[in-house]
Amino acid sequence: MEAFLFYFFFALAVGGAIGVVVSKSPVGSLLFMVTTLFAISGEFVLLEAHFLAAVQVIVYAGAIMVLFLFVIMLLNLGHEYQQDLKIGVFSVAWMAAVSVMAGLVGWGLRGDPGFAASPAGAQEIEAALAQYGAVGAIAQPLYTTYVVPFEITGILLLVAIVGALVLAKRNA
Amino acid sequence: MEFQPISGIWAYVAMSLKVTVIFTVVIVVVAYTTLAERRVSAWIQDRHGPNRVGPFGLLQPIADGIKNILKEETLPATASRVFFVLAPVLVLFPSLVTFAVIPIAAPLPTPAGVVDMIIADVPIGILYVLAFSSLAVYGVVLGGWASNNKYAFLGGLRASAQMVSYEVALGLSLITVLMLAGNVTLTEIIWQQQQLGMWFAFPLSLAFILFVISAFAETNRLPFDMPEAESELITGYHTEYSAMKFSAFMISEFGHMVTASALMATLFLGGWDLPGSWDNAFWYDGQLVRAVLADGTVLLANPTWWKTLLTFAGFAVKTGFFLVVYIWIRWTLPRFRYDQVMSLGWKVMLPTGLAYVMLIGATILVLDEIGMAWGFGYGAVLTAVSGLATFGFIFMLDRGRTITGAAAQRAQRVETRTIPAGVVPHPTAEEIA
Repeated sequence: MEAFLFYFFFALAVGGAIGVVVSKSPVGSLLFMVTTLFAISGEFVLLEAHFLAAVQVIVYAGAIMVLFLFVIMLLNLGHEYQQDLKIGVFSVAWMAAVSVMAGLVGWGLRGDPGFAASPAGAQEIEAALAQYGAVGAIAQPLYTTYVVPFEITGILLLVAIVGALVLAKRNA
Repeated sequence: MEFQPISGIWAYVAMSLKVTVIFTVVIVVVAYTTLAERRVSAWIQDRHGPNRVGPFGLLQPIADGIKNILKEETLPATASRVFFVLAPVLVLFPSLVTFAVIPIAAPLPTPAGVVDMIIADVPIGILYVLAFSSLAVYGVVLGGWASNNKYAFLGGLRASAQMVSYEVALGLSLITVLMLAGNVTLTEIIWQQQQLGMWFAFPLSLAFILFVISAFAETNRLPFDMPEAESELITGYHTEYSAMKFSAFMISEFGHMVTASALMATLFLGGWDLPGSWDNAFWYDGQLVRAVLADGTVLLANPTWWKTLLTFAGFAVKTGFFLVVYIWIRWTLPRFRYDQVMSLGWKVMLPTGLAYVMLIGATILVLDEIGMAWGFGYGAVLTAVSGLATFGFIFMLDRGRTITGAAAQRAQRVETRTIPAGVVPHPTAEEIA
């Protein structure tokens, strides 16, 4: 059952990712991207990372992609986008994508992923889940061990918000 | 007698039964909510409402269903076909799957083991509901956009802006509940309410109000039904839809109403919990317990079939109450203007929610530091703090209209009647003559 679900979400994620690139209409691309994000959150559930799965859907699929959809629809990007792109940019992007893909496939074919899941780590995670629950297991290290990087990320986001506000005010 | 959770082949049987029964019941409740809406609307407006099909019009939803299936499906010539067909699917799916994590009754003992009355007790609980309800916006926006109709498109844009805005306030009001319960699963939220000895509507009264307001906005119901404001946008995002596709939008709207009502009941009115501790049941260290005392001893629960039935009735009554409130408010309050909806969401709900999270967080911290035991006293202190906050919030929103009452209005009238100095009074007829 788990293997079946894994391959189902795998096919959905990869198919969606291909759809993003292939799709002619921007709205179609966006929906394929939502499919991919959703499928990846399905894989997170199979890895018992429930909180990550929920946050992936709430933040990426439910909020950020909705804003993208908003922008695409308001600007009415219905026309073919290829003519807007200079051919040089396009071919460089293709080459980069193909080489990254080739590298990943090569890595996968090597057989040895280079990082093995350790049983000790798995037990540690099990213990944390049992003690704090799905959300607490993430919150506990986030607000104790990693509180400084976490707060700095918060400040970074605040700066981004203020910056966006300043830009919007100037244009208005 | 020792109670064990159901296992083996019977677990699969119980699961299939639960999925089938709960899904069917939700669909039937949705169908009858449409009838209730029309009947209650009629009573409020002193009419009869649909009462021709079957006794008291009880077969009306079936007649509506048959009519919608048999009607012609239209596809506008300029619509983008794929997205036009996809939108009702996308809007229907989230509204039907969210009910899976809501506990509907106390655990039911069977000869094969105890069955939890919830389809999926996922560890992320309420976050699952938020995740799927945030996907509902796609169907609405796509439906409006794919129709290639300006009214439908505007309706879709309004819907997405409104749903994204009020999700923030909804999330903030939920944070206080999660802080107090210390967990996100709905079964544990109910358990904590049972242990506290009072439902969260009292210790978290302001969160309750914020949640109800946001839920109304999220479900696009009056007074927040901007996406389908008839006088401005015909019927908004589903203007171009007909027959069963139109029906799918209606079913999803009512499905969201049912889920939102069930959530309000679960988060703030104890879910299936009935007053008293006789019905409490929770899986604690592999045992079904009724209470965990301060010194760590546990009192075992004694689930019976009649407790399950009674608690289910309690849950149904609470959910039904909120459904009636939905319909009632529709015919009580006028619709907001669009900019009013947005400024209420961002300038009132968001700051209030943030301040309230700080207040409740500080209160919980103080109570925990002085070692107050989790129980009635703990809840009473929070109730007092929240009561003050709620009074302040309502007083601010009221702007001297209802609470200060007649005195304020009289003062206002006197003020407008006083003629400011320097204004020449209008000459009377005699003076002109």
